[in-house]
Amino acid sequence: MLSIKNLHASIEDKEILKGINLEIKAGEVHAIMGPNGSGKSTLSAVIAGNETFDVTEGSVELLGEDLADLAPEERAHKGVFLSFQYPVEIPGVSVTNFMKTAINESRKANGKEEMPANEMLKLIREKSELLEIDRKFLSRSLNEGFSGGEKKRNEIFQMAMLEPKLAILDETDSGLDIDALRIVANGVNKLKSNDNAVLVITHYQRLLDYIIPDFVHVLMDGKIVKSGGKELALELEERGYDWIKQEQEV
Amino acid sequence: MAKYTEDDLKVELETKEYEYGFYTELDSETFPIGLNEDIVRAISVKKEEPQWMTDWRLEAFRAWQEMIEPEWANVHYEKPDFQAISYYSAPKKADPNKTLDDVDPELLAMYKKLGISIDEQKKMNNVAMDIVVDSVSVATTFKKTLNEKGIIFCSISDAIKEHPELVQKYLGTVVPQRDNFYAALNSAVFSDGSFCYIPKGVRCPMELSTYFRINQAGTGQFERTLLIADEGSYVSYLEGCTAPSRDENQLHAAVVELIAMDDAEIKYSTVQNWYPGNKEGKGGVFNFVTKRGICEKNAKISWTQVETGSAITWKYPSVILKGNNSIGEFYSIAVTNNHQQADTGTKMIHLGKNTKSTIISKGISAGKSQNSYRGLVRISANADNARNFSQCDSLLMGNNCGAHTFPYIESKNTSAKIEHEATTSKIGEDQVFYCNQRGIPTEKAIALIVNGFSKEVLNKLPMEFAVEAQKLLEISLEGSVG
Repeated sequence: MLSIKNLHASIEDKEILKGINLEIKAGEVHAIMGPNGSGKSTLSAVIAGNETFDVTEGSVELLGEDLADLAPEERAHKGVFLSFQYPVEIPGVSVTNFMKTAINESRKANGKEEMPANEMLKLIREKSELLEIDRKFLSRSLNEGFSGGEKKRNEIFQMAMLEPKLAILDETDSGLDIDALRIVANGVNKLKSNDNAVLVITHYQRLLDYIIPDFVHVLMDGKIVKSGGKELALELEERGYDWIKQEQEV
Repeated sequence: MAKYTEDDLKVELETKEYEYGFYTELDSETFPIGLNEDIVRAISVKKEEPQWMTDWRLEAFRAWQEMIEPEWANVHYEKPDFQAISYYSAPKKADPNKTLDDVDPELLAMYKKLGISIDEQKKMNNVAMDIVVDSVSVATTFKKTLNEKGIIFCSISDAIKEHPELVQKYLGTVVPQRDNFYAALNSAVFSDGSFCYIPKGVRCPMELSTYFRINQAGTGQFERTLLIADEGSYVSYLEGCTAPSRDENQLHAAVVELIAMDDAEIKYSTVQNWYPGNKEGKGGVFNFVTKRGICEKNAKISWTQVETGSAITWKYPSVILKGNNSIGEFYSIAVTNNHQQADTGTKMIHLGKNTKSTIISKGISAGKSQNSYRGLVRISANADNARNFSQCDSLLMGNNCGAHTFPYIESKNTSAKIEHEATTSKIGEDQVFYCNQRGIPTEKAIALIVNGFSKEVLNKLPMEFAVEAQKLLEISLEGSVG
């Protein structure tokens, strides 16, 4: 599904990613953990095609296709989805209108007709139930005046609507209380299939109690320094990151 | 495939031509350039006007000669040479007495290009239309349906001939001849425009609409609109404007007068898309317009405008709240791009008791444009319990444009409640990236954000117009983020 090879990226000549290698297969859930400033959010932004960062070396491939020359929206059309750590507000644009535009733009790019209104409504109903979202919420302006939890739930709602191949969840657990966390994780689990993959970026282990990863990677100073199974997350929770640092130095 | 950047988008936008910028080859009768009393008389003769009308025009012309072009607006331009303009131009074949079937086929083709085929309009929309090309009203549809209700909707030229008592009684009562420089000029040389009268207690069953277009080169357009809503009546009126792309500046100086008698309501909507000039700021329409309405007891006047065109816009649709409990509203979206300059806003003059006014202004500036809101709220000594709410929001795109707000508040009554809110924001790269990530290309993302920003005003437009206005916003602003 996703193949990252020797990825280097920098912002204003400051190198943040220093040679990342990562293979994610269809049907897998990977978690990337790491201390603040290790490059977690940069990695998600670079995969999504944010032009604030310069890719200086290496490659990102989705389903065998190099993404380097693709604009962010083209990557989205191919199935890349990023759940933002800080979703932006767009005043006056309802969640429904935003989703309708997004879905139809992707369909257009993939040579399909616009989604008929009744089909769209059905999809909205289905996905909002899945994420226990009050439908009134969907006519509100996108993220404007949303609580932290509402914003994150709305991100996952969008993911459900767009049905991506690769979903990147960037710190989706931050700002969520335990009930909201359960709903969001539940939603992600229901959307998981053998045709897609999930990359969870998180600081804490608690989200991984609900979204069980197949692999856990530790990102430090722009490099993946350790990989393991889900038990690695628990170990990190217990022991912190210092021991890995020491392990590295040895 | 190469990356499509915002810079590419900008280039595309700059090379994108003004979509309404075609010129139709019509056989026109145009007066020689220049302005003097003889020309004023000639216009009046041409239009077979009664003596009182000729005298009224001459009075205005003499007043205008004494006046000086105003300079207080936040716009900079080379003043038009009023002696270099032709003050009358009419498509020769247009004869207002003919039926629609007799209208010049080329003219009809032009309307089709504009997307306002009269035939279609007749069939699908509940819109009665008066179309003014250059200076003459070409066809008025739906006359019969309106007649049955006693509604008069015709060109002002016809009204002067057929309903002189109404025109003579009300013309110039809201915007007097010597009101301002451009209004005086208009009063002297206005060539056509629309007239509308809604009788007592009648609710006009359809939207009334006028479409203005400047076609002939080197001509000015001076329409005069007079709309009278008698006691307890209601009317919704739409006005649209386009002009072909030309290198020279064209002058448009219109006057609109609205009279809402006791308990009457007038909703007046404008979508203005005059040619804005090219990306270097060459050409474009100078739009100097005086629009004002007067409200008697319990009456309501609501102005809604979407201003995307013109090189220079100088326009302040206003309401005089004369009667007790009367209501004035102003909803505006003004978009400026490239070198456009707009100085627009409103005046709410509270004279009666318990009068209310609402002002919602959305200014969007891109390119190297300057966008100013200028508004006056005046509460007179007798206007007990007057209330005003004003909200002025500005949206900036890029770093080379400007947004300015000039709110004037004058209150002579301590019971007045006046609120003013203002915000300025910029389309953020993070907003655009967020949309991109969801699969929405930059161009579309900007349209979406701008539409969201303008929503409160767009919602005030009648349905058919709202769609057109949304499209116009997209055309005017694509790729302007920087």
